Amino acid sequence: MYNFDFVKPGSVADAVAALAGEDAQPLSGGQTLIPSMKARLNAPETLVSLTGIPDLVGVCREGDALVIGAATTHAQVARDAAADFPGLAALAGQIGDPAVRNRGTIGGSLANNDPSACYPAAALGTGATIVTDRREIGADDYFQGMFATSLEEGEIITSVRLPIPQASAYAKFVQPASRFALTAAFVARYASGVRVAITGASENGVFRWAEAEAALSSDFRADAISGLSASAHEMIADLHGTAAYRAHLVGVMTRRAVAAAG
Amino acid sequence: MPKDDGIGASTKRREDTRFLTGNGKYTDDINLRGQTHVHFLRSDVAHGRIKGIDSSAAEAMDGVLRVFTAADFDSAGGIPCGWQVTDKHGQAMQEPKHPILAEGKVRHVGDPICAVVAETYAQARDAAEAIEVDIEELEPVIDMKAALGADAPKVHDDLTSNLCYDWGFVEENKDAVNAAFDSAAHVVSLELTNNRLVANPMEPRVAVGDYDPWGDSHTLYTTSQNPHVIRLLMGAFVLNIPEHKLRVVAPDVGGGFGSKIYHYAEEAFCTHAAKVLKRPVKWTSSRSEAFISDAHGRDHKTKIELALDADHNFTALRTETYANMGAYLSTFAPSIPTWLHGTLMAGNYKTPLIYVNVKAVFTNTVPVDAYRGAGRPEATFQIERLVDKAARELGVDPIELRRKNFIKPEEFPYQTPVAVVYDTGNYHATMDKMLELSDYAGFEARRAESAKHGKLRGFGIAHYIEACGIAPSNLVGQLGARAGLYESASVRVNATGSISVYTGSHSHGQGHETTFAQVVADMIGVDANSIEIHHGDTSNTPMGMGTYGSRSLAVGGSAIVKATNKVIDKAKKIAAHLLEAAPEDIELKDGKFSVAGTDKSVDWSGVTLAAYVPHNYPLEELEPGLEETAFYDPSNFTYPSGAYGCEIELDPETGKIDILRFIAADDFGNIVNPMIVEGQVHGGLAQGIGQALLENCVYDDQGQLLSGSYMDYTMPRADDMRGFTVDHSCVTPCTHNPLGVKGCGEAGAIGSPPAVVNAAIDALHRAGHTHVTHIDMPLTPSRVWAAING
Repeated sequence: MYNFDFVKPGSVADAVAALAGEDAQPLSGGQTLIPSMKARLNAPETLVSLTGIPDLVGVCREGDALVIGAATTHAQVARDAAADFPGLAALAGQIGDPAVRNRGTIGGSLANNDPSACYPAAALGTGATIVTDRREIGADDYFQGMFATSLEEGEIITSVRLPIPQASAYAKFVQPASRFALTAAFVARYASGVRVAITGASENGVFRWAEAEAALSSDFRADAISGLSASAHEMIADLHGTAAYRAHLVGVMTRRAVAAAG
Repeated sequence: MPKDDGIGASTKRREDTRFLTGNGKYTDDINLRGQTHVHFLRSDVAHGRIKGIDSSAAEAMDGVLRVFTAADFDSAGGIPCGWQVTDKHGQAMQEPKHPILAEGKVRHVGDPICAVVAETYAQARDAAEAIEVDIEELEPVIDMKAALGADAPKVHDDLTSNLCYDWGFVEENKDAVNAAFDSAAHVVSLELTNNRLVANPMEPRVAVGDYDPWGDSHTLYTTSQNPHVIRLLMGAFVLNIPEHKLRVVAPDVGGGFGSKIYHYAEEAFCTHAAKVLKRPVKWTSSRSEAFISDAHGRDHKTKIELALDADHNFTALRTETYANMGAYLSTFAPSIPTWLHGTLMAGNYKTPLIYVNVKAVFTNTVPVDAYRGAGRPEATFQIERLVDKAARELGVDPIELRRKNFIKPEEFPYQTPVAVVYDTGNYHATMDKMLELSDYAGFEARRAESAKHGKLRGFGIAHYIEACGIAPSNLVGQLGARAGLYESASVRVNATGSISVYTGSHSHGQGHETTFAQVVADMIGVDANSIEIHHGDTSNTPMGMGTYGSRSLAVGGSAIVKATNKVIDKAKKIAAHLLEAAPEDIELKDGKFSVAGTDKSVDWSGVTLAAYVPHNYPLEELEPGLEETAFYDPSNFTYPSGAYGCEIELDPETGKIDILRFIAADDFGNIVNPMIVEGQVHGGLAQGIGQALLENCVYDDQGQLLSGSYMDYTMPRADDMRGFTVDHSCVTPCTHNPLGVKGCGEAGAIGSPPAVVNAAIDALHRAGHTHVTHIDMPLTPSRVWAAING
């Protein structure tokens, strides 16, 4: 790790101001940034911690949505979302290990947009709204491919507003070593229809599986999509699975999520 | 004798108190006054020619003391190899130089080029980034068979090829073996890979070199399984330091699994640099560095064939194996695919004719050497996968096929056609015990239950033999070892009767401090708590050749027995004097000496006090004091064996395999501490199951390590392991060591991989996927799914 300056502002406004400095990066739970700094793959001049801003932490229900502060840890979401949105709480409870869940945050995960992360599936699968210091971004516009989002330089996620579905579940098949998602499906059923978001599989990051959404919107049963298969085109191929295997898992995990959602 | 801490007692490990409370003293805990830190600049390409090194900017940076390159080691030798293999033509293997820092070429990703020593580690690392190394990249050789091609680039320019040796065993049997295949009723063959592994001990390697200019003496603190071997190799062959001027200390060591046997360049560097700089030099490996600098394990590609007669008796076995040596020969690397592998190819069976061919190959990868089991897992995996395949092809029960060909209990000692003589064993008994414990009879009902949930259940078996307790020095000398393989011990009885035992065997997880004390306590009949075991420091322990090959109790323990017997013999003479009796009439029981047939006695401490306060003592016949040293050189290997059963559930949709039950019925001979033995088997099973299902060290075709961190290298975790049943009630004691022990450290890693893979194939065949005859390890979900759908 190289030397860096560390600031811990107490408000979003101060954080935004600090991020305007030369080569400053926001630090939330640090579950990706810190290891990459330790490996000397990332060397910000200044780290702006977002964990000292009370407004960014907490889970609360607002009407038909659950609003989660960006600096809320996975462990807190697993606990505090359980009553209102069990599918989301279960997803949060499967991220990493206890140490990761007690440090990592929803905002950090969404800002990083790792193609194998869990939260992007929940955000896209619910059609969440990403609230930042300057605007609101719909999930369908937010995710821009592997490690890419529509966040601007210095823009901070402050909260995430997730519409609470009638039923939902997350089915995750883990990459054996990292236990990130090798392929995972988040399925959410709303009065308006069903959304299916797939993470871990695509070279383009999290994506919606439109064919499955259409089929499930008219018949919310696993069998309704048994004939569907995702294309292996632009699926990730690595040590842990071929593109064809991931494409196959898209179907398997989606069906399992539907079955679990009931 | 106190029942609770003698031989056979599950005494709790005394060393665990300090380990579990964070009070172990590891090498990285050692910080010397004036200590400096080294960072190695390592090659990031697999193969390249060093055109120039400019370290001027680095040397000007804050805190930097010196940048070392190969030129600083002109007078030093290369890292030596401890075993010379002779090929099938009678020629010595090709043996390249292994420099401390790269000379002219880099030969694998991680090969150290320069070493920066600075006041702090951060300064050293920063400075290393300022060094400009001009490297002309060369085409690397990664694949073993490609490496042997006529036009393949050479890893070592001064060798004739990338072939280290082409070994045939037993070469004289080759024609007879081929003839047996020509006349066989059935021939079964299998091609397989034994996957490359990274040992990953919990504690990465560390070295601290220290130099005392007033005594011109060196000390190396290092994470080693065998400090005496490091002193011998580094002192005599690398740095030219005589033993009396070199002390090597391996304090608490957090696991080795083979990877800490070898003498590594970093140890020689720190020792030498400490003298140059006249300050201590410390190196602590990061985990990332460990992946590219610790010796790897396994990495064989094999074709194996079995010939059977019409009655399904095994008539001949032949194999052709390519064994990866990596870029340099690590300390014991040449012996692993040969003498620790070829000699085990009889397995538990009476196959009369065997021919093993091994081609050892240099590639632009990290050196490969012993890893828990070392050669024996590779042999066992081949044999037990092939026997299972044979049973399937012949349509017979795999258990019965094994039983039919087992060496029978009454046939021991058994001379195999691959040189070794098994002293004892009862393979029928271990197989029966495993089947009983696994409720094999109830398998079908469990399978039907799994099927209801869409899961495929399978049961796999394997029976293994291993050769442990290495080894007779005269024999291994004939086989090319450049060292003896005895052990030694000093038993120092103190005046008040407490006992300090100095052993050459190192403990890094095996629990010697507990078990060795149990042995001595049992022999003398004193409380084990009055016995302390000292190990790990060449300055106060007698010569030891190391802890590996499940040899410490069988060889090091036997040396302790010998030394303790010498102590007892002398103590009896002292007691005879005190009791005015003849020494042959003195009996020692429960720590008390008595005259047979009388009520005259003296207790242990009465005798020990007399030895050190010799007022009433036969000084004209006996020296004062009570301290004895013994060396033990075994007359044969020991041959633990066992039957392993693995029951799995396979999810055909995802290819994921879950271990539901694992039953290990081992014959380890006599047992000193059953609890520790059980723990050793659990650990071995974890690593064997890890190899079978999870772990894989993978290079791309440019020699970049794809599995270079825990993000991609799958370490076994607790939730991967379930349902272990470990039994060691089948006992055929070793006939040639005084404890009758065989060794238990590697068994789990040897016997489990074929049991797991056989279980997976069994599950698939029972479900009708009969086209799947083999899947290479690790059986990842992706591979299993591809096999089903392939």
